[in-house]
Amino acid sequence: MEKIWVLAEQKEGEPASSALEMLAAARRFASQVEAITYGPGAAGAAASLGEHGASRLYDAGELGDSLPGARLAAAIAALIEQKGAPDAIFLAQSYDGRDIAGRLSARLDRPVLTNIVGLSDEAGALLSEHAIFGGTKVLKARFTGEGPGIFVIRPKSFTAEPAGGQPAEVESVELPETGATDGAKVVGRHEEERTGPQLDEAEVVVSGGRGLGAAESYALVEELAKLLNGAAGASRAIVDAGWVPYANQVGQTGKTVKPTVYIACGISGATQHMVGMKGSKHIIAINKDESAPIFTIADLGVVGDVHAVLPKLIEAVKARK
Amino acid sequence: MKVAVCVKQIPDPAGELSLDPATHFLVREGKLILDDSDAYGVEIALQLAEAAGGGEVILVSMAPGGETSGLRTALAMGAAGAVLVSDDSLAGSDSLSTARVLAAAVERIEPDLVLAATESTDGYTGTTPVQMAELLGWPAVTFAKHVEVNGGTVKVNRQTEAGYDEVTCPLPAVVTVTAGVVEPRYPSFKGIMAARSKPVEELSLADLGLEASRVGAAGARQEIVSVEEAEQRSSGEVVRDEGDAHEKIVAYLEQIKVL
Repeated sequence: MEKIWVLAEQKEGEPASSALEMLAAARRFASQVEAITYGPGAAGAAASLGEHGASRLYDAGELGDSLPGARLAAAIAALIEQKGAPDAIFLAQSYDGRDIAGRLSARLDRPVLTNIVGLSDEAGALLSEHAIFGGTKVLKARFTGEGPGIFVIRPKSFTAEPAGGQPAEVESVELPETGATDGAKVVGRHEEERTGPQLDEAEVVVSGGRGLGAAESYALVEELAKLLNGAAGASRAIVDAGWVPYANQVGQTGKTVKPTVYIACGISGATQHMVGMKGSKHIIAINKDESAPIFTIADLGVVGDVHAVLPKLIEAVKARK
Repeated sequence: MKVAVCVKQIPDPAGELSLDPATHFLVREGKLILDDSDAYGVEIALQLAEAAGGGEVILVSMAPGGETSGLRTALAMGAAGAVLVSDDSLAGSDSLSTARVLAAAVERIEPDLVLAATESTDGYTGTTPVQMAELLGWPAVTFAKHVEVNGGTVKVNRQTEAGYDEVTCPLPAVVTVTAGVVEPRYPSFKGIMAARSKPVEELSLADLGLEASRVGAAGARQEIVSVEEAEQRSSGEVVRDEGDAHEKIVAYLEQIKVL
């Protein structure tokens, strides 16, 4: 394979870890890897993206108050007109990555493959791997027909590895006018203060589920996570119930996490949840129901009530520190 | 105000799911149900219509065999009617083909706003609404946790990694909503009875002016190569809490050097 483009999300020159993970994957399959980025300070990411294997960095610059979907899709389509299409385009399964991939797909009239957790090369064709049925099966797929494949890759699927490359050569790219499709404008940004690590970066994740019984009990999960310098996660059930925001959700329709230890509190282990956390190095589960599926993948399972176990565990960890 | 809500009728996720061994497509036999993820969009649409005073909520769905059981659930919640695209040649459609079909249906309905879930529970591709917006030439706001309509503008609080963005967008537009942001109403008995006689317009591809070669397995430009068993994780020790389970957990955390 000749060329892969990686859409690298960044914040003030700091590439998202998903960008570095995708560069590591792209290097395995293509002789030439180039990155596309956008937003304030994007050119500042040239050194670290180059270090991870991007020879060139196409910088779409600042988007002002636009959402990235329509504008980046137009920029990438224009870039293809100018430079010719790469064999594949990698984007992260993130809020913005998904929007850009969807728009780009319709613009290029090419389908997308999403929720990719692995890639392999078979006779020159790139096969994508998808975890289905709660991760009990792996489905492999590929693109057919002409044009670049649009691969949307779940963060944490690959390990970022520096390749010792020179800083990527920065080239500015035009942001074409996108008319009505660019109608959505950000008029205010609200950031909640976070004290611990990000959920998908944390070494320890403590997650809560329906077994907590009530939204208030989620405080136990948060307290234990904080004591262990970890992040608090949630099952889909309690996100759907409105107890915690979507950003905390672990699983198929949420985030994939691979911490050193995952502590599941009152989570039965629906397939939709397990696919997002079964890659954890160690799993501890606390659940009242001894037949809960979570126990089939737990290294340490505790059959018990989270309301009894968690307060004692919190006290014991406090005493230990 | 007219709000269209894209809803998917799926095999019950709590049941046993399987793939057809020949095509690797998800087996969609038996009764399909309304995807739980879609109930939030339906609820928000109903609230927006009520707030606008006399708005109308129309469902849009694509399903095999004229399936309406999931649609009836959303009609019982209060939607006025539904447009169902059902055609044998749609089996095996990828998300772009699905978006093409839904966009064509939306063009017939001419709504002010289209709502959809951020992703379906079964396929969870999560790109169909945005693909549809691009095909329609409309703006889109994804991952909404709050939606308000004022005149010709929709205002959305859009979930981000660190919090949320306030976004405004002129109508018509596509908005995808995250789960859990409203409490979907339970259909009342009256609602269930009324749903039986609400209009469901069933359309074929020809009705929408779409060619069969552009959709379904024939139009899909991606294919499933194989489905294999994944590496399994085995279970370890399971203990019953006799009031001392926290000690076992602490010991385990020490052993793996987290404590």
